[in-house]
Amino acid sequence: MTVKSSQICAPIFIDGSALKISTLRLLNADGSLVDDLQAPDITEDMAGKIYSDMVYTRILDQRMLRAQRQGRLSFYLTCTGEEASVVGTAAAFSADDMIMGQYREQAALRCRGFTTEQFMHQLLSNASDLGKGRQMPIHYGSRELNFMTISSPLATQIPQAAGYAYGQKLAGNNACTLCYFGDGAASEGDFHAGLNMAAVLKSPVVFVARNNGYAISTPSAEQYAGDGIAPRGIGYGIKTIRVDGNDILAVYAAASEARAIAVKEQCPVLIETMSYRLGAHSTSDDPSGYRSHEEEEEWRQRDPINRMKNWLIKKNWWDESRDEQLQNKFHDEILHELKLAEKCPKPPLADIIDDVYKVPPEHLIEQLKSLQTHVAKYPDNYRTHGDGCQ
Amino acid sequence: MTEVTHMNLLQAVNNGLDTAMAADEKVICLGEDIGQFGGVFRATSNLKEKYGHLRCFNTPLTEQGIAGFAIGLAAQGCIAVAEIQFADYIFPAFDQIVNEAAKFRYRSGDEFNCGGLTIRAPYGGGIDGGLYHSQSPEAYFCHTPGLKVVIPSNAYQAKGLLLAAIRDPDPVIFFEPKAIYRASVGEVPNEDYELELGVAEVMQQGSDITLLGWGAQMIQIGKAAKLAAAEGISCEIIDLRTLLPWDRGTVVDSVNKTGRLLISHEAPLTGGFSGEIAATIQEHCFLNLEAPIARVTGLDTPFPLIQEKQYLPDYSKIYEAIKANLAY
Repeated sequence: MTVKSSQICAPIFIDGSALKISTLRLLNADGSLVDDLQAPDITEDMAGKIYSDMVYTRILDQRMLRAQRQGRLSFYLTCTGEEASVVGTAAAFSADDMIMGQYREQAALRCRGFTTEQFMHQLLSNASDLGKGRQMPIHYGSRELNFMTISSPLATQIPQAAGYAYGQKLAGNNACTLCYFGDGAASEGDFHAGLNMAAVLKSPVVFVARNNGYAISTPSAEQYAGDGIAPRGIGYGIKTIRVDGNDILAVYAAASEARAIAVKEQCPVLIETMSYRLGAHSTSDDPSGYRSHEEEEEWRQRDPINRMKNWLIKKNWWDESRDEQLQNKFHDEILHELKLAEKCPKPPLADIIDDVYKVPPEHLIEQLKSLQTHVAKYPDNYRTHGDGCQ
Repeated sequence: MTEVTHMNLLQAVNNGLDTAMAADEKVICLGEDIGQFGGVFRATSNLKEKYGHLRCFNTPLTEQGIAGFAIGLAAQGCIAVAEIQFADYIFPAFDQIVNEAAKFRYRSGDEFNCGGLTIRAPYGGGIDGGLYHSQSPEAYFCHTPGLKVVIPSNAYQAKGLLLAAIRDPDPVIFFEPKAIYRASVGEVPNEDYELELGVAEVMQQGSDITLLGWGAQMIQIGKAAKLAAAEGISCEIIDLRTLLPWDRGTVVDSVNKTGRLLISHEAPLTGGFSGEIAATIQEHCFLNLEAPIARVTGLDTPFPLIQEKQYLPDYSKIYEAIKANLAY
């Protein structure tokens, strides 16, 4: 099929910045609605759940960051500042929908019901970690919760999400896929391949580009020259919206509508959430080398959690004393589970050859035997933190 | 007398890049976060400040883009030094490296080349990196005619080999052992110097067995050789330095002398570069070999986080293999 195009009679170029995408915003910082608009259809229970998941994620991140600094975890990475972008989208989807994340979406996993105990087992590489301790902290996954296991290489999940959603379309059960990635990952070849394939093959997938301003140290001004990620969706023929990622009502409204479109029309949708990575890229990073405290402070004033809290209080659905109680509850629960998880055993050595294939081939069984003999001879060389604890 | 500075391997890489950029304004450094930030490991610290953003710059986050862009730069006549943040992330660039960079000269009958290309990437385990911050992918590239593959094991080598790689007329993949970026410290000449590519370094003379490796593995090999020496076993230690093309002559001479060879690398056993070396050495030293060539390597599994210590071919595994080889 050729593109139907009107004709022009002179070499008039369309400017690279001609397509400007507006940003959906419903909520002011003080919790009032923009221009007294109607809030999206959201029950008190749903609002409470969303808020609770955002607060939980913030506290989990603060506590685990501290645990990493204390040497109790090898690595950590926070979602701080982007809780509304993640919870607001995840909450709009059904439990049957697959989530394929990048790595900064622990809030979506919380939203799905991942327990504190499960978080701790993964972070500490315990025997009870669903991923068997093989991946770095924060690489969660759960088949039960339809949350695909995280992979560090960026953007690989984007074409996979297009394919997964195509399978869901063929299965005909009205489920779709929610796929997250960042503004940096959107520069990878896989992003372009994935969006184009989803559009051409009409996969029911909702892509969420978390535009948080930075890819490690690289600011978005050095990441792309156009108007963010959203216009690319339109370039691929995908329905697209940009939202204020720190505005929970805008994110939730857009995500609810996006899911409805993806499932009803069996096609992809792109949401770009404009936000800010308030923390470092990870515990291996120090943002003071590439951005100012003033800039961070400016964004801290737009904290998505405070904004939602102000709205909840205005609606008489929440108050400061309940807020404090909730925070204390999460603090205590996380600390308690961390301490318990630190006493749990690590995966057995024999696990090392499992899952390379469905059935370990002969050469791997031989390598394991030889390794076990060696480790038995030099036990002191191979003590793992947590060994011997039950 | 040559002036030297005490520095670590990472500083030697930085010093090598600085030296190359100062000596030739055609040298361009590019990669993710390498500009103002100086790279996630700080290998490019201060280069943007010194040489400007046109010669040292951040790229968008796309390895295939970085490799392709650097090939184009090199084809145009620039000397492109691209950084891939971790060797584990080089695979989106595989097509550009293997099908493009490696074949650029050959397919055009030398009408065009991208010999000015060097791709640097930190590689290897030992940093709690799990599956995707630990891999040693050198063998994939050693299977590609047209590329050169270089791996330094200390600060002195890092500067000299990097300068030789940057100025080499062919595309070079330069893997840096990140586990010893800061731990490996030594005296590095302030002056501009090159260590010839394709030449191995005999680190220690010995008579009973030849131990061969590269990169961070040289530390484990050295420790194992010390343990063996305490038992009266004399090890000859060779650091291959360049894997493609590798210095067959030095290894053959050594094995003809010792009659035994042990090769060690972190990468998995199957398809690892030790297999290629073993095949060549048995062909050239068959009648002088006293025992089968030993390989002490990573397991044939992905690189696990929690069992990293067990996975790695550490000095105790090498030491046991030396004794087994001597007892054969």
